[in-house]
Amino acid sequence: MSVKTEEMVLNMGPQHPSTHGVLRLELTLDGEIITKVVPHIGYLHRCFEKHCEVMTYPQVIPYTDRMDYLAAMGNEFGYVIGVEKLLGIQVPERVEYIRVIMAELQRIASHLVAIGTYGADIGAFTPFLYCFRDRERILNLFEITCGARLLYNYIWIGGLSHDLHPDFIRLTKEFIREFKPNLKELNNILTYNKIFIDRTANVGILPLETAINFGITGPMLRASGLRWDLRKDDTYSVYNKFDFEIPVGKGKMGTVGDSWDRYYVRVLEMEESIKIIEQAIAQLPDGDVTSAIPKKIKPPVGHIYSRVENPRGELGYFIISDGSTSPFRVKVRAPSFVNLQIMDELCRGHLVADVIAILGSVDIVLGEVDR
Amino acid sequence: MKSFEEISELLKNNFSDIHFEFHPEAKFEPYILVPANKIDTVCLFLRDNNELYFDSLINLSAVDDFNGNKIKDDKGNEIMQGGTMSIYYHMESIKFRHKLLIKVILDRDNPSVNSVTSIWNCANWHEREAFDLFGINFNNHPDLRRILMPYDWEFGHPLRKDYQNPEFYQGMKVPY
Repeated sequence: MSVKTEEMVLNMGPQHPSTHGVLRLELTLDGEIITKVVPHIGYLHRCFEKHCEVMTYPQVIPYTDRMDYLAAMGNEFGYVIGVEKLLGIQVPERVEYIRVIMAELQRIASHLVAIGTYGADIGAFTPFLYCFRDRERILNLFEITCGARLLYNYIWIGGLSHDLHPDFIRLTKEFIREFKPNLKELNNILTYNKIFIDRTANVGILPLETAINFGITGPMLRASGLRWDLRKDDTYSVYNKFDFEIPVGKGKMGTVGDSWDRYYVRVLEMEESIKIIEQAIAQLPDGDVTSAIPKKIKPPVGHIYSRVENPRGELGYFIISDGSTSPFRVKVRAPSFVNLQIMDELCRGHLVADVIAILGSVDIVLGEVDR
Repeated sequence: MKSFEEISELLKNNFSDIHFEFHPEAKFEPYILVPANKIDTVCLFLRDNNELYFDSLINLSAVDDFNGNKIKDDKGNEIMQGGTMSIYYHMESIKFRHKLLIKVILDRDNPSVNSVTSIWNCANWHEREAFDLFGINFNNHPDLRRILMPYDWEFGHPLRKDYQNPEFYQGMKVPY
């Protein structure tokens, strides 16, 4: 006797605690096994690229913050590097070092959110608050520097908006001293937890060839085995003066390129960021951070593509200038937008509960996907 | 790692029937202008050639050049007729570490080009976004539909320079 079965379409709607924002996933299920996933985006589209065409170059910077709101320093960094190349300005060395310190602190903060919410999605509620406790200290550091916790408007074209607060270096050293044992604690609770490994190892395996063809960048690409990091391979700012490693997925708990690898690469990257911050603080030169900021910003006609290594991948800005005070076109290559395309490939053949594990390991922010 | 001149030589030698325009003098990024109907053959060659091996498409941007004639339509709004739109393809070879920028120019009134999704899967959503916001039609795209705007948005393509907002959308007033 045969049983008639049909495929069912299930909507993991825009309002869902585990989709990291307003993302709609249309799942086609055969029983509990996924046959197709179609992501629907656009619920947070705020017309960033249209706005850029009517604002002046410095006015665009607060808007770039709001795209990936969990890694705002990186967004500003990418845009400002592009405009400075168009103008041909060279910023003072102190500015470069401070920008690197801010970007690496932001990387730690963003990875803490990724790790904490990933654990919370899977069901581990305790590491979520441990991660946010450490993140609060980083946000306090940002607050004494520029007054804002999440959306800074700090990195300006040609320099910075404020110099470092007199207590900043001391507080950062204290934070690093107290964060290192917390990382060990996090590894004990979550990374080597048997239940967490069972839920994430061998789930959503991403082969390297597929990853390169789909344009995946960031920790997802490194977890599939390729040591590719823009800070070393297409170096910008003063990253070539620091000594740090690039962690790569090795398939320690399962296969190379599974969700556990993508999670573990983020944990290891936090350790490397601490090394960079310690070296940058030791080498920090003196100078004036506002001396190179031009009065009127009117780049010559031309176009440039500038990119930075954001915590989620490669963030690129394609800026076209027509010689006036506002850009002609700014196209943002958002890492989460490109990484989200892989959902269909990764989820086929898995169970519904694995979709949450895979989506958490892709680490998207809808502000950046929709712009 | 090949320089822009070496890549241009390879392309000229392999495609003697295609008319390329090389712009090595472009101040910040040298680029190659490729005719629109040949973009998929050129891109397939760029990806599969052993010396070039551009295995990664970094970015695909559409731009409204806004260089046609400005006329007034029947409602008194200013629209553009004629002119061009461009698409810029940034690609990179992870193995050899070289990068390349290719530009394609299309007619603004009926923009249409072959899709490169079969070559790099990365282009899938980028081309959907170019279709959604500019109205460029990609032939042979597996799933061409709107991506950022609502699926029933019938008032045109927002990132065009002469776009006008509608008065009402599903009963809600749009300008406020």
